[in-house]
Amino acid sequence: MSDEILDEITASDYKYGFTTDIESDTVPPGLNEEVIRMISAKKNEPEWMLEWRLDAFRIWSEMVEPEWPNVTYQKPDFQAISYYSAPKQKKELDSLDEVDPELLKTFERLGISLDEQKRLSGVAMDVVVDSISVATTFKKTLGEKGIIFCSMSDAIQEHPELVRKHLGTIVPKRDNFYAALNSAVFTDGSFCYIPKGVRCPMELSTYFRINEAGTGQFERTLVVADEGSFVSYLEGCTAPSRDENQLHAAVVELIALDDAEIKYSTVQNWYPGDANGLGGVYNFVTKRGLCERNAKISWTQVETGSAVTWKYPSCILKGDHSVGEFYSVAVTNKYQQADTGTKMIHLGKNTKSTIISKGISAGKSHNSYRGLVRVGARAENARNFSQCDSLLMGDQCGAHTFPYIEAQNPTAQIEHEATTSKIGEDQLFYCNQRGIGTEEAIALIVNGYCKEVLNQLPMEFAVEAQKLLEVSLEGSVG
Amino acid sequence: MLKIKDLQAQIEDNQILKGINLEINAGEVHAIMGPNGSGKSTLSSVVAGRDEYEVIGGTIDFEGEDLLDLAPEERAHKGIFLSFQYPVEIPGVTVSNFIKTAINESRKGRGEEPMEAREMLAKMREKSALLEMDKSYLSRSLNEGFSGGEKKRNEIFQMAMLEPKLAILDETDSGLDIDALRIVANGVNKLRSKDNAVIVITHYQRLLDYIKPDFVHVLYKGRIVKSGGPELALELEERGYDWIKAENA
Repeated sequence: MSDEILDEITASDYKYGFTTDIESDTVPPGLNEEVIRMISAKKNEPEWMLEWRLDAFRIWSEMVEPEWPNVTYQKPDFQAISYYSAPKQKKELDSLDEVDPELLKTFERLGISLDEQKRLSGVAMDVVVDSISVATTFKKTLGEKGIIFCSMSDAIQEHPELVRKHLGTIVPKRDNFYAALNSAVFTDGSFCYIPKGVRCPMELSTYFRINEAGTGQFERTLVVADEGSFVSYLEGCTAPSRDENQLHAAVVELIALDDAEIKYSTVQNWYPGDANGLGGVYNFVTKRGLCERNAKISWTQVETGSAVTWKYPSCILKGDHSVGEFYSVAVTNKYQQADTGTKMIHLGKNTKSTIISKGISAGKSHNSYRGLVRVGARAENARNFSQCDSLLMGDQCGAHTFPYIEAQNPTAQIEHEATTSKIGEDQLFYCNQRGIGTEEAIALIVNGYCKEVLNQLPMEFAVEAQKLLEVSLEGSVG
Repeated sequence: MLKIKDLQAQIEDNQILKGINLEINAGEVHAIMGPNGSGKSTLSSVVAGRDEYEVIGGTIDFEGEDLLDLAPEERAHKGIFLSFQYPVEIPGVTVSNFIKTAINESRKGRGEEPMEAREMLAKMREKSALLEMDKSYLSRSLNEGFSGGEKKRNEIFQMAMLEPKLAILDETDSGLDIDALRIVANGVNKLRSKDNAVIVITHYQRLLDYIKPDFVHVLYKGRIVKSGGPELALELEERGYDWIKAENA
């Protein structure tokens, strides 16, 4: 029975695997200083930005690709990637009505009609297709509160002082190989600034889409929450099905000043490759946030896509009484590999962190949790609670846990709990006997297992994430 | 309603059922008794469709349809319910969410519309009250951290919600104290009607004081070796199973 159903999954299609026929402006493949100058020039960037990129490029040129993650893959050929691809647009857009109708169709197929989003859910949205941000909704509404929410390109033009002050302060250029690469070639992304004491009245959201073949996506997101402010931010991502591996190397930096709170949620559904492990997105991402005094950063991620994922959304708890949280569901199926987790760096006194990680492995996939909890010498009374659960489906997948704990202060309290379980025949038969078919039973059991994490997502996205989990695991039986 | 003819089943080459014959009509309550290892739980698993058991002979006919052709969930849609001896835990899935899914999947299986939320809620309230369950119970994770008695009550609650035609209670009395036993039996009795039937599998006469059977069968070494009325259960209570074993040695 199991084999049959496993075959079935492999046949189930990636729903977002279409491509859109949009005219694109793409630079030839390859990476050198010339290409970086070209990108910078196309974006009409100021001199300081170009210098910053070139510096990053020089740093990157001397670095080597890391080997330590628990994944195996064909290393990307960095000279074969095109680093800039933009949907061609005839002129500046004043409203969504002027967006290329083909592009709007793409959004509709993704189930995110921007108009609908605008009217119904009150979500402000930025959409990045290939390298370029194509539409930012709700700019005016947000503007009235002094909130800046725009593409990174616009931010460099319109708010250079803010970008220059914060960019690269949390994830420095030389942080790691892919962060350095991103710093050199990032083409767009989102920028968000919430002024002092302002509570952002709506969810802010960015949707990423790789469309063009042979391109990489290198977006850069920077969120600055000024003192006492609050913002909830969500990103979603999809890509067409292609035989080649596409590279996605993003950097996200969050800054929560005194008493501020940032809630950052991700629903990642890049193309995972086909049933035989051909194609799929390499998702090598650096995400980190800094908490000042009494600030809070909460990362929530639902990771179902990508051939290879390598990401550790982290919190630097610098300020006293600051709080870091990480809630994660990572699903791997077929030949997917994920090495994901978090780092909680406790520097301030009375800092607190919570880690809830739920891994689900099916097919021939491998799913690793890798996490670091570090308590610095001055972090009196730091507290951490970690819970890492793994759920296995079938007998050909793997789940791995690599927890690292470094405590330099004797008052630290660190708790780590871990479980590994299988969806049992007993559970399935019980559900079947109550009239629930095997597919629905798996969805029910998995959703129950992930509940603590799904509960952290904004309402409208929790539903989407739940459906995504069901689709990703279609047919995988324990 | 249910006609079992010469049913033979095995698990991993070990034959457990060696030719069961049993006929059950609407409105009847049958008790199946017998010593440990006689095949009582195997019989209920085979009727419910558990695929670890391989049927190697005989037929099961349910309302004119061959049950053996149907998947477990399809049997459930037809109105077969098994109260498990050891109900499983499903962490993070609330009792109300589980039963809602079960009801609506069953309705879907029968080509019916999902139950309206208001009706569902009212029904849950009514049935949980019938089983004297606390309000908070509906929002707890299914069977997680439940006491033995709570698990069994939860089984009967689900039965009350699903309103099956044929309910099989597999040692529902085990692990119940006397109050819980009364509540569970009361729940079962309230659901009895001329249109449905109940099979009670038990070791002891105790449950049958509360759920009065019309027929009592003794299962021993994979066969029904004796059938009779309620007096047979009393006799077994008094004399134990040794005389049955001796008769069938």
